[in-house]
Amino acid sequence: MDFNASDAIPGPRTEDHLPHTAQAAVKIVIVGGFGVGKTTMVGAVSEIRPLTTEETMTQAGIGVDDNYGSDSKTATTVAMDFGRISISDKLVLYLFGTPGQERFWFLWNGLFEGALGAVVLVDTRRLEVSFDVMGRLEECGVPFVVAVNTFPDAPRYPVEELRTALDLIPEIPIVECDVRRRASSRDVLMTLMRFLHSIALSRALT
Amino acid sequence: MTAPRRKRREPKPPPPPQPPQPQPQPPEQADGEAEPKNPERLYTVAGSEDGARAELDLVTLIVARSAPQPAASPEQGSVLRLCTNPLSVAELSAYLNLPFSAMTVLITEMITAELVQARSPIARQSVPDRSILEAVMHGLQRL
Repeated sequence: MDFNASDAIPGPRTEDHLPHTAQAAVKIVIVGGFGVGKTTMVGAVSEIRPLTTEETMTQAGIGVDDNYGSDSKTATTVAMDFGRISISDKLVLYLFGTPGQERFWFLWNGLFEGALGAVVLVDTRRLEVSFDVMGRLEECGVPFVVAVNTFPDAPRYPVEELRTALDLIPEIPIVECDVRRRASSRDVLMTLMRFLHSIALSRALT
Repeated sequence: MTAPRRKRREPKPPPPPQPPQPQPQPPEQADGEAEPKNPERLYTVAGSEDGARAELDLVTLIVARSAPQPAASPEQGSVLRLCTNPLSVAELSAYLNLPFSAMTVLITEMITAELVQARSPIARQSVPDRSILEAVMHGLQRL
């Protein structure tokens, strides 16, 4: 019997439906190393339960070390969690949490090119894992702020020491946050938006 | 305790513009009649009014234009059912459990078949739109 599988596809809950007036969407990317709290941050502010979009990646994109001992062509699935915030009747904001490795970025068309900006989430116990991603964002001209997720056992550095260590220009905000808390994660996004707004203002004046 | 040190990078210059490709002259047909000068576009405009082809982004909002057709494939039927209200390509990919690239192929086909409509995302521009940034800040404040 031909079973119509489409009937089994779960969709958004009725209360999660976007209004028909929703005309456009913008996105912010939250980027950081594994386990730094990207998905927690997305979940803290999202009005929907975080969802996952996947992409498959062939062996060539992975690097031989990841497939040591495997001589068959394999495809690996890379997942990216995201959430959503309704800004107004017309505008929707999406938040994507993505791993820091650039090899993942090209999998989702225009992930960074179309983003308003990015939040680089760092863990002071593993500061160096975020070095490369900051460099790549600088190279691509994607504006970003740095959010330090305050893990209880992580070393605390004064902000200016972090700025020196990360070699960030004075304008780039560095904030501490607890990504498990909605207000704290929201404040990080507000910091990014104020930073983007100041860039827009200064460009308008020159 | 000292932190490890990073070195900042500079923006890469944009790739140099491609030199204009010489337009191949249409060959004269055997009966002497020239090819029409403005051949019809080979692709269907995807929901944008300026005539540009819409690239599907993760946050392009998709809306069904019609109720599910009996002839539609199961995947198309699912998209039409999910898109009675606007839904992003990323959400469709998540709900249908399809890789994002497969989802964009499916949606592109459905746009061409005029089953769904795409509402293009607002991307970061070289001159950012302050009103959009202000709207987002206002929305976040209410969170």
